[in-house]
Amino acid sequence: MTYDESTLAQLTKDAAEIQSRYPVPRSALLPMLHLVQSVDGFVSPDGIQFCADQLGLTAAEVSAVATFYTQYKRRPNGEYQVGVCTNTLCAIMGGDEIWRRVSERCGVGHDETTPDGKISLERIECNAACDYAPVMMVNWEFFDNMTPEKALQLVDDILDGKAIRPTRGADKVVTFKEMSRVLAGFEDGRADEDQGAGAATLAGVEVARSQGWKGAGT
Amino acid sequence: MTKLTPVLSATWGLEKSWTFDTYAKNGGYEAAAKALKTDPADIVQAVKDSGLRGRGGAGFPTGMKWGFLPPPDGGPRYLVVNADESEPGTCKDIPTMLNAPHTLIEGVIITSYAIGCNHAFIYLRGEVLHVYRRLLKAVAEARANGWLGTDIKGSGFDLEITVHAGAGAYICGEETALLDSLEGRRGQPRLKPPFPAVAGLYARPTVVNNVESIASVPSIIGKGVEWFTSMGTEKSKGMGLFSLSGHVNRPGQYEAPLGVTLRELLEMAGGMRDGRRLKFWTPGGSSTPLFTDEHLDTPLDYESVGAAGSMLGTRAIQIFDESTCVVRAVERWTEFYKHESCGKCTPCREGTYWLTQILHRLEAGRGTEADIQQLLDTCDSILGRSFCALGDGATSSITSSIKLFREEYERHVHEGGCPFPRSASALFDYDDTPADAHAVEAHA
Repeated sequence: MTYDESTLAQLTKDAAEIQSRYPVPRSALLPMLHLVQSVDGFVSPDGIQFCADQLGLTAAEVSAVATFYTQYKRRPNGEYQVGVCTNTLCAIMGGDEIWRRVSERCGVGHDETTPDGKISLERIECNAACDYAPVMMVNWEFFDNMTPEKALQLVDDILDGKAIRPTRGADKVVTFKEMSRVLAGFEDGRADEDQGAGAATLAGVEVARSQGWKGAGT
Repeated sequence: MTKLTPVLSATWGLEKSWTFDTYAKNGGYEAAAKALKTDPADIVQAVKDSGLRGRGGAGFPTGMKWGFLPPPDGGPRYLVVNADESEPGTCKDIPTMLNAPHTLIEGVIITSYAIGCNHAFIYLRGEVLHVYRRLLKAVAEARANGWLGTDIKGSGFDLEITVHAGAGAYICGEETALLDSLEGRRGQPRLKPPFPAVAGLYARPTVVNNVESIASVPSIIGKGVEWFTSMGTEKSKGMGLFSLSGHVNRPGQYEAPLGVTLRELLEMAGGMRDGRRLKFWTPGGSSTPLFTDEHLDTPLDYESVGAAGSMLGTRAIQIFDESTCVVRAVERWTEFYKHESCGKCTPCREGTYWLTQILHRLEAGRGTEADIQQLLDTCDSILGRSFCALGDGATSSITSSIKLFREEYERHVHEGGCPFPRSASALFDYDDTPADAHAVEAHA
């Protein structure tokens, strides 16, 4: 392994914290792989060996798990994971065209990264926001009701190094590494940041309010 | 006219709705307080009596599932919440956890107490960062307010909750694949039996329930079984979130008694966009056979939807108007199942691959009449022949769409390609004549 002493010490401390959440150590593997990505920006050979050492597994056993899940990246990932939903509903509502334009602007295709390392582009599957279709995700924050124009502006802002703000989520999209640390279970203090619940989320609540429907037994 | 019944969604629009303070000010944790003074067996019985059925798709009675746990043997028993919401069209658990995570936490506390669990897990898909933040914070707040830890509120009951983020795999929404994933393995389904109730997480007795099922528990305990059963139909009790998406004027979450109809929901949602005609819809996500405008008055409860040839599923209602090509829609869903097949069972792994090939050919105008029959034959070879229902789900849209729209498949053959302009079904105008505009599938 090539981690320097302080990096390894921090990783080891964090890995122990992760393991403490589970009654059986191996359950820590998925968050630990997120942890490795928070340091290396992908699941590196060093990271695989680190997880294996922590959990008493072989590197092959860890690799077998890491390669199963799409969020674990096998090559250095871009600073921003940009996903365009092209599952049926979003695709039909315009996601296919958004994908085409975004891919053209970035000059890369699915599962590829721009040469400057800013954007890794991905055609994503349904991300549970169909009521906001067409949907994009950047580092797994929601960008709802997208159009080609909004999508290209978003990509340009990322490429220009500007801070970007999701439509539902934190005040700004954090980097891939910062996101990975949260996914490893380490809070970043942004839970109370909010852009509003969203019109579609509140659609039924609004109808009930305007009709004076207060629910059963009232 | 059926009226909406916001229960889970009642607090979503409030200031800082996700915080402990807002939740507690609006009656939150009163049900948990009541539960901790009740005999656990009475809570299980109340949930049985309520008729609550699993809100994750299968509709299995929740209380009965709890009742399948073997008697305590002194070892650990687990509650695992399935928060891996990934079924195309399904978008109800994410807003629940984003806007009212404490509803779920309170449900976990009551359920764990009822089944004798001291360590519960919430398995959240990894692709929803802010939801994970909110859940982590909600657990921390619950702990700070004495609702987690040891001897909760002097009851002698201990509970820890671990919120676990997945890493991108639809199959982990299948309960046994979820358990394997939570154990740090590839998320592949297990052969059943044994069922999780007997040998689940770490081979211990385990209850796996969907987010909405568990989030419904506090209201049942707090407001009572009679209140819950006053909503819904004879065998489908209570309220549920109906998620409308697609070509409708006001898509979104509509919480209504089971048995509401799409005609009623559409009226609340402002009707179809531009007054166009409804062509087809999924009653419960992409794994449920398609419905058409002939089913506008079908009561959306488990029995009625089943009798009409589909499944209530997750009440994920994806609505497509007459501008949409059904072959294109089905092709894309099939690509999804091919992508998400875990590869364990041959019929699903190979079958979804070949279905995709055939559908590509048809949509691109290179198909033949025989391809349509081949799709049905391949579906026959998949349905019911694998460990889990992923492959079965893949066949639903294919077989139902051929039954309902066979002539549209034939038009693809006879007219040398898709007869629908793609831009017509999008929400914005664009020029879909460039050569590469239809070529996106090649990347998939």
